[in-house]
Amino acid sequence: MSEAKPPSPAKKPITVRQLRERRRVLRSIGAGAVVVGAALLGFFPVVKKWAERLRPPGAIEEQPFLAACIKCGQCVQVCPVEAVKLGDLDEGFGVGAPYIDARTQACDFSCDAVQCVLACPTGALSHDVDKKEQVRMGLAELTRPHACLARQGKGFKGLARGADFPGLHRYMHVDRWTPIRIADHPYDLELCDLCVRECPIEEAIYLERVSRDPLDPARTPVVTEKCVGCGMCEMICPVDEAAITVTIRMMWEDRV
Amino acid sequence: MSMLSSIAQMFGREPGRKPHDSLYAPQARVIHEAKRDIKGKKERVAAIKAERDRKMSYKWRNRRWASIIIVNALFVISFSLDIQLIEGSLSASRVMGFHFADLNAALQVMLAFKEILINLVIGTVTVLILWWVLGGRTFCSWVCPYHLLSEFAEKIHLRLVEMKLVRDLTMHRGVRTVLYVIFAGLAFGTGYTVFEAISPVGILSRALIYGPGLALIWVFALLAYEVFVTRRAWCRYMCPIGLTYGMVGITSPVYVKYDLKDCLHEGDCRQVCMVPHVLEPTKKGFALKDITALGPDCTRCGMCVDICPTNSLNFDIKGLNKLL
Repeated sequence: MSEAKPPSPAKKPITVRQLRERRRVLRSIGAGAVVVGAALLGFFPVVKKWAERLRPPGAIEEQPFLAACIKCGQCVQVCPVEAVKLGDLDEGFGVGAPYIDARTQACDFSCDAVQCVLACPTGALSHDVDKKEQVRMGLAELTRPHACLARQGKGFKGLARGADFPGLHRYMHVDRWTPIRIADHPYDLELCDLCVRECPIEEAIYLERVSRDPLDPARTPVVTEKCVGCGMCEMICPVDEAAITVTIRMMWEDRV
Repeated sequence: MSMLSSIAQMFGREPGRKPHDSLYAPQARVIHEAKRDIKGKKERVAAIKAERDRKMSYKWRNRRWASIIIVNALFVISFSLDIQLIEGSLSASRVMGFHFADLNAALQVMLAFKEILINLVIGTVTVLILWWVLGGRTFCSWVCPYHLLSEFAEKIHLRLVEMKLVRDLTMHRGVRTVLYVIFAGLAFGTGYTVFEAISPVGILSRALIYGPGLALIWVFALLAYEVFVTRRAWCRYMCPIGLTYGMVGITSPVYVKYDLKDCLHEGDCRQVCMVPHVLEPTKKGFALKDITALGPDCTRCGMCVDICPTNSLNFDIKGLNKLL
């Protein structure tokens, strides 16, 4: 009796229609997986910190910053010196999130009232910050002391960053309201003090003697607790590859 | 088609079979029956279609393209000329000082950040009301810059299909719902706005306003897929933003109205539609009532309104007739 068993219905060959439907579902799953996978690739640059960026004034901690930022670029639009730029694909979840390349164009608080913070609709740039002195983007450090002109007792004459440099800065004594090109503002200094002279924050940086010899003109820039990490000193530093740079997100307490 | 089943279809359910006769409303039954024994129907359809082809207008498509171009151009011009009319991009902006926030982007931020600033609430509610009034997915076809590019990709795709160079490989519309849940979960779970990294709307809007970047590669990859593989793959089967706005539009007053009476059921509307499942009632014998509102997945693009040879599909505003 068992030999006469008819072939079980489960083994029926599937129809073309079923095959098509199966392929369609597989294709849908595949396409969906590619989309999710492509989005998840954004993890790598963030987790591996491929591109650590100086965030605009008021930026909260990096992880919540990337969560809160809606990537609209309103901070870009209000910046009078166009310091704020938006991240690209290579920054993963930082796509469309704002950053500042201080050496190219630092934030010099030309806007007076942290406009980017006021423009931020989500609080990625914290609204608790309403004065430039409260900002903490990082901390300036004399990373290449041997290159510093002041430490060598040297002066500086000419254009801080050359004639082609497009960077802007607001010189209060030239124009209270409009930033001008640094390339339009030549200097003639007996001792280079550009980082101190152009710092937008009071008492954030000063020059200190390096020796007891009263005739020694050499001085070293000293950064204080008041430094907000805006990067103005990094932008204005006239030596090739700035002697003073901002360490991103470093706080006064984190100094070694 | 009931509202519930049109919502289910938006989330991915396949349209059902022809409804049983007993489900027809009385007026619809009369119309369906009257249509059964029209003689010389073929000739009549041909004549009406010929008439339509002679006077074919692309009124709604032209208005829509103008809308997409104007809205996006306003963002670009406002920034490049610094006139502060619309600041920001499509993900969030300030229009003459009023906060606007894209609903899906705002949702991603709220889920990832878990703190909600009042400005974001204002922007989200403003946009929610705006698109609820205008019809939800109206955003897709009247504002989204990707939609416009995708329409050109669709044209090329259909041409290639016609030339038998490619086959349109369809997908299951449930993918979009799954992606929606996955991306919402990822935002909440990882604390990153994962979807924003690949949102073609955000990428394109920023590229237009702030200048192009590498991220456009992703947009071009999507367009290439739509040209060579699946017609309107992103907008039809995948985009979570579309689903967000679709949900907003469920009870919208602005909708496309289907009038059964004069319809020839020849199906031109379903040919041009990006979301043809909303046009199921236009199939012969499918409409339960004499007047049907198309489902919430409808992007109110007006392609069916333009193409309909019998004027059976039209924009309408719910409650307006009662008011007037």
